[in-house]
Amino acid sequence: MSGILNSSVGRKFAMALSAFFLMIFLVQHFAINILSVFSADTFNEASHFMGTFWVVQYIFQPILILGVIFHFVMGMVLEIRNRNARKIAYVKYNGNANSTWMSRNMIYTGAVILLFLGLHFYDFWFPEIEVKFIDGDMSGLLANGEYRYFEHLQHKFVDVWRVALYCLAFVFLALHLLHGFSSAFQSVGANNKYTRGLRGFGKAYAIIIPLGFIFIALYHHFN
Amino acid sequence: MKLTLKIWRQKNADAKGQIVEYPIDGIEGDMSFLEMLDILNEDLITKGEEPVAFDHDCREGICGMCSLHINGEPHGPDKGITTCQLHMRMFKDGDTIFIEPFRANAFPVIKDLVVDRSSFDRIQHAGGFISVNTSGNTIDANAIPINKHDADEAFEAATCIGCGACVASCKNSSAMLFVSAKVSQFALLPQGKIEATERVLNMVKQMDEEGFGNCTNTGACEVECPKGISLENIARMNREYLSASLKG
Repeated sequence: MSGILNSSVGRKFAMALSAFFLMIFLVQHFAINILSVFSADTFNEASHFMGTFWVVQYIFQPILILGVIFHFVMGMVLEIRNRNARKIAYVKYNGNANSTWMSRNMIYTGAVILLFLGLHFYDFWFPEIEVKFIDGDMSGLLANGEYRYFEHLQHKFVDVWRVALYCLAFVFLALHLLHGFSSAFQSVGANNKYTRGLRGFGKAYAIIIPLGFIFIALYHHFN
Repeated sequence: MKLTLKIWRQKNADAKGQIVEYPIDGIEGDMSFLEMLDILNEDLITKGEEPVAFDHDCREGICGMCSLHINGEPHGPDKGITTCQLHMRMFKDGDTIFIEPFRANAFPVIKDLVVDRSSFDRIQHAGGFISVNTSGNTIDANAIPINKHDADEAFEAATCIGCGACVASCKNSSAMLFVSAKVSQFALLPQGKIEATERVLNMVKQMDEEGFGNCTNTGACEVECPKGISLENIARMNREYLSASLKG
């Protein structure tokens, strides 16, 4: 058991586990964000709960950040090792003949998502941390006594360039998930009679969730 | 058929190789790809030039000896075949064909298109066998009842000819399809279960030591495999490995 992360199979397994965790988080994030389309009050209450409940703040949030870092670092380690396994490249290489573009370019789609996370943290996470842990204001309220979350969200999606960047990042997220979802199951050894159905579900997940995030960004831009 | 061949020429393992262009004429669609190379070599010998070195043996798609990366794919543009089964009818008059050796650090070039695939042998030696006591009380394998589904899957895994197309097609130079086929053919049968734990641990360890890359599930290996070895074998090997690691 000790050397499992030193093996190629073990690294795949660890990569898949972090992917499962991030895919579950994505559903939870989407479920709260979509509330903003239906009810500002419900979105505010859900956001305040997530932003102040100690289990989320001090247990889930650090695990999530570690999960993102681990997924990225392990992805880079695998990419470097894999590139080093073929020092002399083919003069002619026809990857499209046997594999999808998404499966061959996970490192690039992943890198775009990571850059997007930088913007997303700058927009939402860092201001939250500043208000809560530097200013010490855990109320979640504005000066007028209303919750700040919905207003903050709408304010961020006024700028058309920011909305465009968000939409572009979600397209890359979809490309990453189109391979990543089924790949994670294969890595943990799940390839059986349910695999075909799972692949279909994975494709639906990879399109619906990013499309939902795009819808939310556009909805708030035009409203 | 008139063709332009762009072939990787490399004097020996230490020399620097390069692509060399050869025009060739009079090729028939019914010829195999290796026959086409035979004709080229006869021309080169007649001219007093060094013939192109390439691997071949049975020329029946059985031995897995013929390799070659043809126009960007192992074994060329046709699917489910080895290079000796590739016919020239897959190409058109006037085509340019790139012919390169299988590329991976674990498959070093020996000369021209010939690569050293002994890393596969070392992986096999690490665990691709069963230890049977043949002192006289051995049970006949055919006398042991085996579930039909398991027997079929073990047989399919055992059809792997170890040609290395999986490594050559993989963008990561991963050998997991080969290793998983060898692990699966034993893991599915009662005779193989006895040494299953150490087998998968030792074979994966040897695979990693040989310098093959990590599988990222692109599926290129399954598409290019001349024997249609399925990705299910890689999933099975992953399960076997994780279970063996927990036991170990």
